[in-house]
Amino acid sequence: VSETLETRVLTANFDVANLDLIHVYESTGGYRSARKAALEMTQDEVLEQLESSGLRGRGGAGFSMGKKASFIPKGSMDKFLCCNADESEPGTFKDRLLMQRNPHLLIEGVIIGAIAAGANRAFIFIRGEYSAQADILDRAVEEAYGEGYLGEGVFGSDIQVELVVHRGQGAYICGEESALLDALEGKRGNPRLKPPFPANQGLYQGPTLINNVETLCNAPIIIEKGAEWYRQFGVGASTGTKVVSVSGNVQRPGNYEVELGVTAREIVYGLAGGPLPGREIKCWFPGGSSAPVLLPEDLDLPYTFESMAEAGSMLGSGAIIVVDDSVPIVGVALRLAEFYRHESCGKCVPCREGTNWTVKMLERLDRGEATPMDIEIVAGVQENIIGNCLCVLGDSMAMPIGSMIKHFRPEFERHIMEARERADQAAAVGEFSAVELAASPYAGPGVG
Amino acid sequence: VSPRIDRRVQPLGWDEAADLDKPPATIPEAAETAVPAELRERIEALMSRYPDRRSAALPALDAAQRVHGWCSPEAIAQVAAVMRVTPAYLSSVATFYDMLRTEPFGRRYVYVCTSVACHLRNAKAVYDAISDEAREQGLEDCDLREFECLGACDMAPMASIDGRYVGPLDPSDAPELVAALRENREVLPGRGLTDRGFELPWHEQGAAPPALPDGPPTPPDPSPA
Repeated sequence: VSETLETRVLTANFDVANLDLIHVYESTGGYRSARKAALEMTQDEVLEQLESSGLRGRGGAGFSMGKKASFIPKGSMDKFLCCNADESEPGTFKDRLLMQRNPHLLIEGVIIGAIAAGANRAFIFIRGEYSAQADILDRAVEEAYGEGYLGEGVFGSDIQVELVVHRGQGAYICGEESALLDALEGKRGNPRLKPPFPANQGLYQGPTLINNVETLCNAPIIIEKGAEWYRQFGVGASTGTKVVSVSGNVQRPGNYEVELGVTAREIVYGLAGGPLPGREIKCWFPGGSSAPVLLPEDLDLPYTFESMAEAGSMLGSGAIIVVDDSVPIVGVALRLAEFYRHESCGKCVPCREGTNWTVKMLERLDRGEATPMDIEIVAGVQENIIGNCLCVLGDSMAMPIGSMIKHFRPEFERHIMEARERADQAAAVGEFSAVELAASPYAGPGVG
Repeated sequence: VSPRIDRRVQPLGWDEAADLDKPPATIPEAAETAVPAELRERIEALMSRYPDRRSAALPALDAAQRVHGWCSPEAIAQVAAVMRVTPAYLSSVATFYDMLRTEPFGRRYVYVCTSVACHLRNAKAVYDAISDEAREQGLEDCDLREFECLGACDMAPMASIDGRYVGPLDPSDAPELVAALRENREVLPGRGLTDRGFELPWHEQGAAPPALPDGPPTPPDPSPA
């Protein structure tokens, strides 16, 4: 394993023991950036640094962080910063690592983000399943309040930043920014109609900046070392480093921080060890389960926002899931569809019904009740979901499943024929009725 | 009811006809609703953290669930009385979120992740082994279920036991896992994500590549338990 493939910027000090304690964090140079931003820089200077660093959102959309912060209107009303720590995208576990090992880096990022947006109230919305990480954050926030780094007059300036760690209760949809705001307001996590965008009317109808954990963790580094220094990492419009979560059928799953622009092959083979001996990569998700799958030959593309988009997929949250040739693609598609059916909030019909139909059709396909014509219907349903809902949850299922059908149509057809033969044989000996009756069209994992 | 419909996934009261003459439940009278003092204090502290007290709905329901074991009508009435909101509002919230239970399932929980990344590493076999073992050993007061991605695909297949992530799991871990739960011992010590010195087996110095079960993963069950 080549250690040089990793570029440790965010995770540079992760080997330091007890980094979650404030004095240890400060001994590694922590809170210098937030102090500098609060005492020596104006809001515009902070914004300028963030924008010219080229830092793009690490949560999935990849929008310029500085630009997003500059959309927040000026004025003396209450303004909010929400840190999206509701990391629920299958395959993604980078924020968990960042919050667990270095909670103060995130808090420092929140302070800088709040200064950039002029926000006086900040929230970290963390998923309820991450209770250990939430406890770590709670302790860290308390420490930061104790030192006067949070609250009224941070670092002795006249800036106020109040920070609350808010725990979700288990809903993937709350990672969608407007659903996150509803959940934070104590409602069901349904996405809102946009516009108005959160920058104008977000939390409690006030201007709100929403950023991912990893995005905010980059802010202290940019303020400390400067935008120019930061821009030396990465390629083109994808600057900086990225913590990539590699999972699935590889030898060494885990988080690896790389410079944007290294090839995906270097990440999957060089860092994660590649597939198990004797197995071949069948396909891979470049950016979490919502990203259309790519083929092994695409592994030589540079891992950047642009090249993944050009290849017809997306960098998304930076989670690579590797699927090897031992796994039937229909099984992956079905498991994926079940996830989105379970997590659909039910507000928009194409998503609520489309995810359910997709699961039913794939199950039918797996049971040997489908004909090759049904592949067209599955593909057609996916097309009718994309772009027809308030948020992109439905699209997140439709795009990868559409791409699987596109790339693996012969395998789908073979799967149908084999399943039909199996069902015929079972019917001949009168076996299938029990299986048939047990299959519930409504049951999803964990429903209830 | 058609045998194809799994009754278990229907919400409580699904088959009962609504009483249209009954007036809707109003905010419970604070004086007439007994709330454990500790729970009241907790909810009031939570409400004070937010500009709008209703933001405390999720953490308050979680706090009540910890006291009552589930979001029972009684628990919801207590939260409603302290927060000054209607029980219907809180029910609407409680039924939306996976971690809030509107039926009694048990005070402890074991969530076994069987989502895409874990599915690729045979998580279904781990879940089946744990649920078989739980039946065999008679594990009670425990909410054991398959869960969607828990954000720990590096230690797949894995499970969250009351918030403590353990992994990577193998079906052969099931007997020890269930026995530890029954006896209230720490489950698989040293294999929790937040345990001191925890490292993934393949990230330890000089580690050999991990062995995975042979053959393709079990296909997903269309009707999970």
